[in-house]
Amino acid sequence: MSKNAIMAGLVVFVAMALLPFWYNIGGSSAAPEPELSEKAKAAQKCVLDKYDMRANHMSLLDEWRDSVVRDADRLYESTNGKTFQMSLSTGEESCLGCHTDKEKFCDKCHTYASVDPYCWECHTTPKEINQ
Amino acid sequence: MKKSRRSFLKAAGVTALGIGAAPAIKAVASSGSVAAPVKTKKAEALNAKRWGMVIDTNKLTDEVAENIVHACKKAHNVPDFDHEPDAEKYPDTQPVNKTQEIKWIWEEHFEHAFPDKEDEFLAEKFRHLPFLVTCNHCKNAPCVQACPTQATFKREDGIVLMDFHRCIGCRFCMAACPFGSRSFNFRDPRPFIEEINPDFPTRSKGVVEKCNLCAERLAKGQQPACAEVSEGAITVGDLEDPASKVRELLAENYAIRRKQELGTEPSVYYIM
Repeated sequence: MSKNAIMAGLVVFVAMALLPFWYNIGGSSAAPEPELSEKAKAAQKCVLDKYDMRANHMSLLDEWRDSVVRDADRLYESTNGKTFQMSLSTGEESCLGCHTDKEKFCDKCHTYASVDPYCWECHTTPKEINQ
Repeated sequence: MKKSRRSFLKAAGVTALGIGAAPAIKAVASSGSVAAPVKTKKAEALNAKRWGMVIDTNKLTDEVAENIVHACKKAHNVPDFDHEPDAEKYPDTQPVNKTQEIKWIWEEHFEHAFPDKEDEFLAEKFRHLPFLVTCNHCKNAPCVQACPTQATFKREDGIVLMDFHRCIGCRFCMAACPFGSRSFNFRDPRPFIEEINPDFPTRSKGVVEKCNLCAERLAKGQQPACAEVSEGAITVGDLEDPASKVRELLAENYAIRRKQELGTEPSVYYIM
């Protein structure tokens, strides 16, 4: 007798459980590639290699901040031999000095991954200033 | 297969030894082959054992004082609440409360800068002189002791510095500072910055800020912004170096410090 009710219940349950998957069919897109500026392309080498940078740039920034603020060390000679200014947004040798377009570089992945770092509440981008 | 207790224990021991030795071998093998990144100061950076400031009140006119305050605001993106925010860029900006102003260096009357030295018969000229007051970068800074997150700390060269990233806005430091040298951002300061200077970040709502003795300029080999535009009224140098300009000035002139009796040992001197 209760067979029908159970079956109906099961169908509703399965439909509900799979809803998120159906909802996203066709809607999802491939992970975005951050766009490199001409300057970054020409430089070829970043502070760490590409994959290390992708995975660990936040720890690197954290380390840089402590060095600059607490130890007053501002230059970073990387293991690949290049020297950088330990700064997110000031000067030519800073992160933004090379990756000039925040929207195309930082935001692309951050938006995709729903990461909302609050760097830009204080740090400025040249683009934003000239607006 | 039958194993005696003895042979089992032997095998287990050898295995444990092997597992334990692996990290040690790895560490030995990798040391020396991987270069570590090197962090250094710029060659042109200015260094001191203990930075201090000497303000010559004889050289301070209203005009010079105004220039100094303005230069500091410009260098550090300090908001000015008299500035009318750009309605297009910052719509819905609430009206300002001027008591919530942000101050790094500012003009003060003698009786407020030196309340303990106020006197009925004080020379009249002192009542009209502009006195510039700022963070004293005290040797025994009470704000540093009050900060629960070590956002405020004393750098090795004597500068009392803030790591704005770490500030949680508790304002213990403001209560601890006897000089009122610290300001709290009750609101987003950006609408009130006339022209944003790309060389220094702004602050965000909920963060305390104060004079940093232009640590970012000293690192580039430049004098602090206030000293640069002061026409000789402000000298910044090493208090621990007997040959420095500041020590020379202190040796030749009578100079006082603010609220010296509190024992915080301010590093800002006023030549009277």
